[in-house]
Amino acid sequence: MDGGMMATTQALVRFVGVQKTYDGEHLVVKSLDLDIRKGEFLTLLGPSGSGKTTTLMMLAGFEVPTHGEIFLGDRPIKNMPPHKRDIGMVFQNYALFPHLTIEENVAFPLTVRGVSKAEVKERVTAALQMIKLEHVANRHPGQLSGGQQQRVALARALVFKPALVLMDEPLGALDKRLREHMQLEIKRLHETMGITVVYVTHDQGEALTMSDRIAVFNDGIVQQIDRPDALYERPVNSFVANFIGESNVLAGTVENIEQGFCRVALAAGGAVTATAVNVGGVGSRTSLSVRPERVALLTGEGDASLNRLPATLKDLIYLGDHTLAVLATPGNTDFMVKLPAGAHAGLTQGQAVTIAFRPEDCRALDPV
Amino acid sequence: MTAAFADGAEMPLKRRLRRAERARQLRALGLVLPLFLFLVFTFVIPIGGMIWRSVEDWEVPQVLPHTVAALADWNGQDLPSETAFAALAGDLQAARAAGTVAVAAKRLNYIINGYRTILTSTARNLKTAPEPGTAKATLIGLNPAWGDRATWAAIKRASGPVTDYYLLGAVDLTRDVNGSIVATPPDQAIYRDVFGRTFAIGFGVTALCLVLGFPVAYLLANLPVAQSNLLMIFVLLPFWTSLLVRTCAWIVILQGEGIVNGALQWMGVIDEPLRLIYNRFGVYMAMTHVLLPFMILPLYSVMRSISPAYMRAAASLGAPPATAFLRIYLPQTIPGIGAGCLLVFILAIGYYITPALVGGAGDQMISAFIAFYTTETVNWGLASALGAVLLLSTLLLAVVYGKLALGRQTTGGLKN
Repeated sequence: MDGGMMATTQALVRFVGVQKTYDGEHLVVKSLDLDIRKGEFLTLLGPSGSGKTTTLMMLAGFEVPTHGEIFLGDRPIKNMPPHKRDIGMVFQNYALFPHLTIEENVAFPLTVRGVSKAEVKERVTAALQMIKLEHVANRHPGQLSGGQQQRVALARALVFKPALVLMDEPLGALDKRLREHMQLEIKRLHETMGITVVYVTHDQGEALTMSDRIAVFNDGIVQQIDRPDALYERPVNSFVANFIGESNVLAGTVENIEQGFCRVALAAGGAVTATAVNVGGVGSRTSLSVRPERVALLTGEGDASLNRLPATLKDLIYLGDHTLAVLATPGNTDFMVKLPAGAHAGLTQGQAVTIAFRPEDCRALDPV
Repeated sequence: MTAAFADGAEMPLKRRLRRAERARQLRALGLVLPLFLFLVFTFVIPIGGMIWRSVEDWEVPQVLPHTVAALADWNGQDLPSETAFAALAGDLQAARAAGTVAVAAKRLNYIINGYRTILTSTARNLKTAPEPGTAKATLIGLNPAWGDRATWAAIKRASGPVTDYYLLGAVDLTRDVNGSIVATPPDQAIYRDVFGRTFAIGFGVTALCLVLGFPVAYLLANLPVAQSNLLMIFVLLPFWTSLLVRTCAWIVILQGEGIVNGALQWMGVIDEPLRLIYNRFGVYMAMTHVLLPFMILPLYSVMRSISPAYMRAAASLGAPPATAFLRIYLPQTIPGIGAGCLLVFILAIGYYITPALVGGAGDQMISAFIAFYTTETVNWGLASALGAVLLLSTLLLAVVYGKLALGRQTTGGLKN
């Protein structure tokens, strides 16, 4: 995991041993130690019910941790009411006040802070310019499109210059095209304004596009927190490997471990060499994870160090920039292989092939 | 495809559309028809009848038709001509024979107290038709009141077919002998007070309902489902008992030897029983209780639709709870407040049974007077006029509310 010195010196927010239960029986957040660095874009990613939203709500002040403490800078904020935290927040359905105009909505955080009228006017105008919506200043939220409302919600959360901005699945209600556009827009605002953003989503593509770091949540625990490329390339457990991107899984038993690599006997017969990431001792069960783009279809002999498995080609799915081959191999009847454009020439359904991958690209993780 | 072909194809299409639409419209009309007829017979016709009765003036034209005709071109300044006296004499004899003198006498007695005696005694004593040319002398001889032009002005004013007498009377106005509108003498002017009292009680009850109902509606809208369902049952409970039973229950609770006074005396808080009923306090208490659900339900339905995210957003933007409530929550409940207040107020100003049972003599509302005139004195004209004035003020209120509600929707509308 990433962290270390930098986090302790530059942490804007620290979760220390935080637990949360709603019913007194089940912990929604089991044990959370998390540092959020000043100026970073941190995404909390996970399936629904994984505890990511609860974590965000505890940070915003709408939920109180059952145990542990949260620090904002040096101040403990566990029992500080939300309106005193100076944390901007963008809600899932925007929560723009329907009875106020766009201008009044954006001015709201300034007027409740007693900012002078002239300054409110100036800052609201600047904020509306930033999101390129000056022309709708006098309209009501109901007259705006979803994307426009989203931008207003952003402007409203940023106009009082909070050190930290929280976003709770802010793009969930938008269509795909608009969502991708807004991802870039939010990213641009983050970079130009130098704010710290904590972003909650269940969309891994969104998380990979936008984040400096991603914390993958599951079952109330942070499974892994890392840069997007590290998460994808080097998942530390099966959940992360399967949740982020596509992954082919093969079950097996560890036969020996040597210099970071292990020999795994596959449950369905055969054996492969894999990078030992998250395995017990010899004889323990493991799940192997291989990314589809790290697998080749062999026609000749190839490198002797490669792992090889016999397979039958079930299907070819043409996707333009690449072709997806679905194969049946012992232990996995839906083994995916991404072929570069043009590489599928000469392949036919039902054909017997050999799949091959390097031990470095095959990670031995905890059994699923 | 050519234009001619398109034009040719257009007509049958339009006709087909009309036919299809017509069938649909007929079906819709058929479904609405029973309700429409119901409304016509139970609402439009009675209300129209009421309004008509408040201006209708039939008694005198029916009983004294020739007199009315003879007075048609009377200038109102001097005594009428001999013709009018003769016509009256003839009408009175005919009316006495038909037994309808009392009908006209009752109507004319509204205008001048004692008119009943003038008319009935004259009719009784007029044994034979006066000789031509002597009608004036004969009638004045029978009753000197016929020499007073006010006596004749009363007949003129009541000669129909419509009159503003009742409507003016309902707001304490009348016409003097010259026909100009003047205030009713103070000893007879009561309706402005009664309307004022009715509206005051209406406003008071509405305000009490709002103050008491708002927190309850908020709880209903924000509690977990199981608890809010239970609370809703308590709110609706009053609907399941009759109005009379509920009002009588208040009598039991609030009377001199009632539960409240008993408990207070037992605790030594008071020595003498407090007067809690048969006064304004009792009226407010009982009416607020009865009308509270009508405030809570519209408020609840509006509050239900206000997402808790707004209050969270306000807090996250730095608004303390009181500010968030006043600037974000409260403005969004205004449609509910408006609907609830309108409903409670309109129901309250029409209340009759509750003030009659738990109020004192000085707490009776306008409905009590309407009931009095319809059932006790059978003065339909005045009862209808009071009802019409009540209806008019209610309508005005609804229009004002409609304008306000509509104004809110369109402010900041599509003006950009």
